[in-house]
Amino acid sequence: MATGTEPHLNSGGVRTGTRAAIAVPHLRTDRWWLAPAGTAAGLLAFIVYSTWRAFADAHYYAAPYVSPFYSPCLAERCEPMHAGPNWEIFGSWWGISPAIIILIFPLGFRLTCYYYRKAYYRGFWASPPACAVAEPHQKYSGETRFPLILQNIHRYFFYAAILVACILSYDTVLAFRDENYAWGHMGLGTVVFLINIALIWAYTISCHSCRHIVGGKLKHFSKHPVRYRMWQWVGKLNARHAQLAWASLVSVALADFYVYLVASGAFDDPRFF
Amino acid sequence: MSGYTAHFKVWRGDVGGGGLEDFKVEVNDGEVVLDIIHRLQATQTPDLAVRWNCKAGKCGSCSAEINGRPRLMCMTRMSVFDRDETITVTPLRAFPVVRDLVTDVGFNYTKAREVPSFVPPEGVGPGEYRMMQEDVDRSQEFRKCIECFLCQDTCHVVRDHEENKPAFAGPRFLMRVAELDMHPLDAAAEGGLDRKKTAQDEHGLGYCNITKCCTEVCPEGIKITDNALIPLKERAVDRKYDPLVWLGSKIGRRAR
Amino acid sequence: MSVVDRQEWDVVVVGAGGAGLRAAIEARERGARTAVICKSLFGKAHTVMAEGGIAAAMANVNAGDNWQVHFRDTMRGGKFLNQWRMAELHAQEAPDRVWELETWGALFDRTKDGRISQRNFGGHEYPRLAHVGDRTGLELIRTLQQKIVSLQQEDFKETGDYESRLKVYQECTVTRVLKDGSRVSGVFAYDRETGRFFVLEAPSVVIATGGIGKSFKVTSNSWEYTGDGHALALLAGAPLLNMEFVQFHPTGMVWPPSVKGILVTESVRGDGGVLRNSEGKRFMFDYIPDVFKEKYAQSEEEGDRWYEDPDHNRRPPELLPRDEVARAINAEVKAGRGSPHGGVFLDVSTRMPAEVIRRRLPSMYHQFKELADVDITAEAMEVGPTCHYVMGGIAVESDTAAARGVPGLFAAGEVAGGMHGSNRLGGNSLSDLLVFGRRAGWHAAEYAVGPAGARPPVDDIQVDAAAAEALRPFSAEGPAPGEEDGRPPENPYTLHQELQQSMNDLVGIIRREGEMEKALEKLADLRVRARRAGVEGHRQFNPGWHLALDLRNMLLVSECVARAALERTESRGGHTREDHPTMDRGWRRINLLCALTDPTGGLEATDPAHGQIDLTRETTDPIRPDLLALFDKEELVKYLAEEELYE
Repeated sequence: MATGTEPHLNSGGVRTGTRAAIAVPHLRTDRWWLAPAGTAAGLLAFIVYSTWRAFADAHYYAAPYVSPFYSPCLAERCEPMHAGPNWEIFGSWWGISPAIIILIFPLGFRLTCYYYRKAYYRGFWASPPACAVAEPHQKYSGETRFPLILQNIHRYFFYAAILVACILSYDTVLAFRDENYAWGHMGLGTVVFLINIALIWAYTISCHSCRHIVGGKLKHFSKHPVRYRMWQWVGKLNARHAQLAWASLVSVALADFYVYLVASGAFDDPRFF
Repeated sequence: MSGYTAHFKVWRGDVGGGGLEDFKVEVNDGEVVLDIIHRLQATQTPDLAVRWNCKAGKCGSCSAEINGRPRLMCMTRMSVFDRDETITVTPLRAFPVVRDLVTDVGFNYTKAREVPSFVPPEGVGPGEYRMMQEDVDRSQEFRKCIECFLCQDTCHVVRDHEENKPAFAGPRFLMRVAELDMHPLDAAAEGGLDRKKTAQDEHGLGYCNITKCCTEVCPEGIKITDNALIPLKERAVDRKYDPLVWLGSKIGRRAR
Repeated sequence: MSVVDRQEWDVVVVGAGGAGLRAAIEARERGARTAVICKSLFGKAHTVMAEGGIAAAMANVNAGDNWQVHFRDTMRGGKFLNQWRMAELHAQEAPDRVWELETWGALFDRTKDGRISQRNFGGHEYPRLAHVGDRTGLELIRTLQQKIVSLQQEDFKETGDYESRLKVYQECTVTRVLKDGSRVSGVFAYDRETGRFFVLEAPSVVIATGGIGKSFKVTSNSWEYTGDGHALALLAGAPLLNMEFVQFHPTGMVWPPSVKGILVTESVRGDGGVLRNSEGKRFMFDYIPDVFKEKYAQSEEEGDRWYEDPDHNRRPPELLPRDEVARAINAEVKAGRGSPHGGVFLDVSTRMPAEVIRRRLPSMYHQFKELADVDITAEAMEVGPTCHYVMGGIAVESDTAAARGVPGLFAAGEVAGGMHGSNRLGGNSLSDLLVFGRRAGWHAAEYAVGPAGARPPVDDIQVDAAAAEALRPFSAEGPAPGEEDGRPPENPYTLHQELQQSMNDLVGIIRREGEMEKALEKLADLRVRARRAGVEGHRQFNPGWHLALDLRNMLLVSECVARAALERTESRGGHTREDHPTMDRGWRRINLLCALTDPTGGLEATDPAHGQIDLTRETTDPIRPDLLALFDKEELVKYLAEEELYE
């Protein structure tokens, strides 16, 4: 009758005493577990692969291709790449794989990405596993406190991701050389790199932070017609952010794997011209 | 026209207890779940409690959970189910039950009151409001909300954690904050009310872990997460996590 | 007998739709402590279903518009039966009421220069309807709801209690208006959730309960529309006006059966949709009545040009007032030129690009896709008439919205009569709610806190009688007095279905004397049976019980409709007699008033055969000359009797 009711403070989720007495945690009859299970499997596969490759410290350069995991290469121990992304900011003291230095940034970008957050909260943390399926945790504070409050720094990883994407673009340009660094050539690897960089850019630009920065933060679009157009355009991409996240994840792994195959001699890069 | 008999399980009871009851009931071509519930009332259980109004997906009264999924009964066609499938209908499981399919949705009305209202701009009289269509588009999307509270029901922050209810406004009312913050003429800021900041500090925006169930269940197809909650989080970031702004406020505080 | 919880308020508003909420806002802002009672949850009222827009002569799109033109359109639409002073106030005040909504946060669709956009609608000479896509009613109700919340927030800051000056009692039903002598003293209500009774004592009661559509089988109205306010007023001794005028909206869904009657907004036609019969013909060109001949296009080409160039072309006849279009569709179907499921085709798919349709008519697209598997961007809709609105209602004073004969009783919105005459124009409803909702709240507050409104005491006997009446369905199991033993109680759902079927078949869109007499017999029979309507279970949220109580109201109102329709031997607006097919100028000045036969407000004493309603005729006040001067003489001749013209 009145518009207000006091919330009941005894914990218990859907089995809280005042709610409809239904014992089971959910009544869904569809295969709701498929999506989180698929997500978890896909992410796990990538983690296993990328960990192996990141720590391998080998087979990441086969002229003119550099693996996106190792670009830019910032340690002295990096393989020399002619006109490639070698900047020895980190000296000889860096003793492990140089991939670790740079992977922090794309990793951080993806880890704090609004789509990946949904994916791993659901897939790994079951919080919630699926809509209207009770989660197994007793307590929940979301992203209100440390460490998850750090998700709010996504914005800064986005800026870093732009830099990384620029460097990978540079690598793709370099891929238009042959193994003797002569310009105007192209091989299968160039195509792989082109596809990868397109997806990386699409994923980066479609980021929610990007959408906010280009125009979303404005109150009056009508006073900023150019930014409004950009916001609309980013918005269209943003609607596909999840698909782009997966596509670019697969493409970056494939690009790395292609370099590995060529560098390890398991495969010969077919040259077109 | 081909009628058939469907098997329904409907939760009946009240706060003292209850359970799923089995019914066999006739189904005709083109019907929705609410039609079947009405047939049960008219033929088998005249006192079966259910809320409904428009039966056209416009008022948001007949929210329930059908086969475990939060939905409007009037917009769930029987043709989406197999004929031999048992269809389970329960009340919303995030709110206290009143009776049968009716729940106490007072939580939502309490939260609605906690969001400060639209602040009209000073010096702009009625009839003098000028707003461009592109400036009202975003808030208009949120104003499509029919307040069915399915998003509030499915949101695990309160569904699975009763203790979070005091601190968390829920997707519907965070979206209301976003709507007002994006309103081209809202003058809250001029009066010293920072909606971006209160979203985080008072309405529990941080509890949202953007798992998008609110968007999934929205019968109006509002992109609650992508268009309201995430932009609101980004706006809060502008205010609270931008290191320059943060540094400035620290220094300012020390100086005082 | 029963100890019933009592609370004191200055103004009680029954109904929380557009009119009720607007009245409550006004009363509270004028200093009256105000309570709102509604049957549903706050914000779910039937107003949310209004789609097209709010008619107000703001002249944002066509500078030629002004209140005089709006007034003229309203009078024409109502076939001059309108209470002209109401139509005048409505046309004058509607723009202010719309602009005020913006200051409360409403976001209407915009024109290129940032003002409120206005769209074309049936019967309106200029684009006049402020709208938000096709969900204007939702915007209206949400804005008013949020304004109420904002007032409550103000009160909270001052008093620490959100509900100290303005409270919404949601999911509560009023069953009786209580009186002290002739004056209002409060209302008797029950809480649907718990079944508990309570009394709100107040010198002023505003009735804003909406319409009566649930007495008809095919209707666009929701379950709430059981004519409660009409019945409450009747029982309190206030007369109802011109109840024979029931608007059948020309375009309701016809298939599938479970959604039959759901509204298809008039904006579909306003934005370019056309009506075709099974032969593919745009049949509306054959149905332009003489009074509208000069105002509407005579060829498809001219009609099509009008959308682009309304100043040099006449509008297509699809945009005739609703009564004309509904009759035309009815006639086409009867002549065997209907669609497969007994309607006609309404087509936008060949008139606009798919993307435009989805943008301008989003909820129609959604509705047909979800409920009928029809993609309106690719194929035509099937539509037919559906009971939509009652023009008749509580007889009120034009300026104050005070119900006639009962001091302290006010009425606004659909439940009030007079404003729309014999037929309402689309878009005039939402503006009516705002204009007269405000006026009702204003005068109710003034009456309540003024010298006349000293708190009348609530009579315990009336409270006990109301409680007994409300509880009767629970004791209906036993044999009724004077009946043979062992007759089982009646199922209220069955009674309701029979009532709907009878009203639909016998007092529907086309009416005949014999059928209406049969309807009155059927109503008498149902009334007797309804007294034995029984329910199972207990008082906590029991829909069977609620329906059993609503039946009283539906039966009362249905009898008013049938009796008045039988009496009025002409066809005008929402009242079409097959046996009297033309409009009769002599009837223009005649209002039909329904009052309760038993003036004590009791129902028991009435004789089933005679019925509960007495009908009287009343001659209306002549239209003020300056308003008459807004029309051409040639036009007036078609509507007004000789003596009126030369008075």
